[in-house]
Amino acid sequence: MLTQPTRVELNPASALVAGISVHGLTVTYNNGFTAVRDATFDLEPGTICALVGVNGSGKSTIFKAIMGFVRPSAGEVRLCGRPVEEALKRNIVAYVPQSEDVDWNFPVLVEDVVMMGRYGHMNFLRMPSRADRYKIDEALERVGMSAYRSRQIGELSGGQKKRVFLARSLAQEGRIILLDEPFTGVDVKTEAAIIGLLRELRAAGHLMLVSTHNLGSVPDFCDEVVLINRTVLAAGPTAEVFTQVNLERAFGGVLRNFSMGGTALHDDADSRRLTVLTDDERPLVLYGDQPGVRDASNARPPAK
Amino acid sequence: MIAELLVPFSYEYMLKAMWVSALVGAVCAFLSAYLMLKGWSLMGDALAHSIVPGVAGAYILGIPFAFGAFFAGILASVSMGFVKQHTRLREDAVIGLVFTSLFALGLLMASIWPMSVSVQTIVLGNILAISNEDVVQVAIIAGVSLAVLALKWKDLMVTFFDESHARSMGLNTVFLKGLFFTLLSACTVAALQTVGACLVIAMVVTPGATAYLLTDRFGRLIVISIAIGAITSFVGAYISYFIDGATGGVIVTLQTLLFLVAFYLAPKHGVLAARRRRMELAGAEA
Ligand SMILES: Nc1ncnc2c1ncn2[C@@H]1O[C@H](COP(=O)(O)OP(=O)(O)OP(=O)(O)O)[C@@H](O)[C@H]1O
Ligand SMILES: [Mg+2]
Repeated sequence: MLTQPTRVELNPASALVAGISVHGLTVTYNNGFTAVRDATFDLEPGTICALVGVNGSGKSTIFKAIMGFVRPSAGEVRLCGRPVEEALKRNIVAYVPQSEDVDWNFPVLVEDVVMMGRYGHMNFLRMPSRADRYKIDEALERVGMSAYRSRQIGELSGGQKKRVFLARSLAQEGRIILLDEPFTGVDVKTEAAIIGLLRELRAAGHLMLVSTHNLGSVPDFCDEVVLINRTVLAAGPTAEVFTQVNLERAFGGVLRNFSMGGTALHDDADSRRLTVLTDDERPLVLYGDQPGVRDASNARPPAK
Repeated sequence: MIAELLVPFSYEYMLKAMWVSALVGAVCAFLSAYLMLKGWSLMGDALAHSIVPGVAGAYILGIPFAFGAFFAGILASVSMGFVKQHTRLREDAVIGLVFTSLFALGLLMASIWPMSVSVQTIVLGNILAISNEDVVQVAIIAGVSLAVLALKWKDLMVTFFDESHARSMGLNTVFLKGLFFTLLSACTVAALQTVGACLVIAMVVTPGATAYLLTDRFGRLIVISIAIGAITSFVGAYISYFIDGATGGVIVTLQTLLFLVAFYLAPKHGVLAARRRRMELAGAEA
């Protein structure tokens, strides 16, 4: 339902390199607490990157810095080679919020919310054109929410709300999409649908940064991983970074860890151990040293 | 009989009062659409009371009341922000603290320096006795505010609904919020003249709250709210001719009546509609 592969047209305003580059980023909040210190990583277009860390490790803080919500006390963030403020004015970034940041009693319909994604493309009176209306129809269709378009936004389930905000980011046509914990409280089917959509967007050259506690699905769909705990512990391709050693470093004692091997697991000569790592959502299963990728469709499209 | 009902329209001061009230009612209602959604309803009340010393000061110094009121409004907002940042007091406590202190200061000033205009005028408003200068002031404030809101209502809606999204499309949300509170201060000043400090709160809450029961779309909510604000204010000023004074009381009473009607009869969110749906459900199960 969610995953007819449609091509996303490139938005001419941002037909440049849609990358995120974070250099030496330090964020200190007003109360003197330094939530992130000296974080550095670079991401290229056509990538899905997971931002993984314990509660309070600074994931949302990094999102806030990318959105210009908090001013770095040192270092900088550049989006498509531009300073944050300038990139935002060009509609380069779309943001799918953690659900508690939105007022659900607000009198807006689902289609109004998606239309807000188009505001940045309209003139200062924000009058939608026919093309804008067409784009919200299309975005709603892609996330399978067309039937709910006339509902008030609070009258949806948690997973449906997430899809609506995803539709808004589609309508916004940002080259960079930030998703703060899109899978919390979402069932397996919706999760698969969201992942399918992210893959389509990757194929169209978008860059997505996804914070998640869903360790198990990371190797399924993420090309890169940034592991953080108040600074960047490791960043790079999933296969290199998303290892048991790194994860244990990132999560310390928080991670639940089960490991089986030898006669407890095998009755043949297979010497690999089965390790299950979880920080409470979907667990990560390691067979030997390799993440158990369940789904071969994650193969990244060849670089252009 | 008919001739008698048309009498108010033959007095210039009544016409003036009705039109000015309608304009102020409209712009306050526009603001109410945002205020009541953000849970900031009491902010309007706080501002109105805080403005009293500014108005008193302006009368003493002989400058247009709008300047004094506006200055006091800004002072109130800034001190609320300051106290909030430096203590762990909750917002309602801070608001209560700041506005009562300023209101008391206003009463004190009025009792120390005798004024031609009694404090009662500020507290209760008196649109029927409004001077021509004040009409001009109020009309400019309300007109400019309406124009700004008409141009920026969607930007303000996004900012209040989902601030991070507003930022992501490059809107300066800090500026927009500042703009909103500036307009609120200005319109509170205007409303002071029509309904007085005590009832301004009703003007910036009730129309929006009523409209909220009638629609799920923000654009329509604003239109309904403005219609309620403008019509009740016009009619309220008209009726007050017959019962001699107390315009503010009449306007707010009319607004409250409309709210009660919506509360019971609103097609989707009304009490009776909910009851009917429950009955139908029970009927279907039986
Ligand atoms: N406004 C703030 N003022 C002061 N400290 C803050 C503020 N916001 C967050 N922090 C602190 O900064 C640290 C990082 O918070 P952040 O919200 O980035 O964590 P997170 O990784 O997103 O956590 P979660 O997984 O729970 O969403 C936390 O220790 C938090 O207490
Ligand atoms: Mg977070």
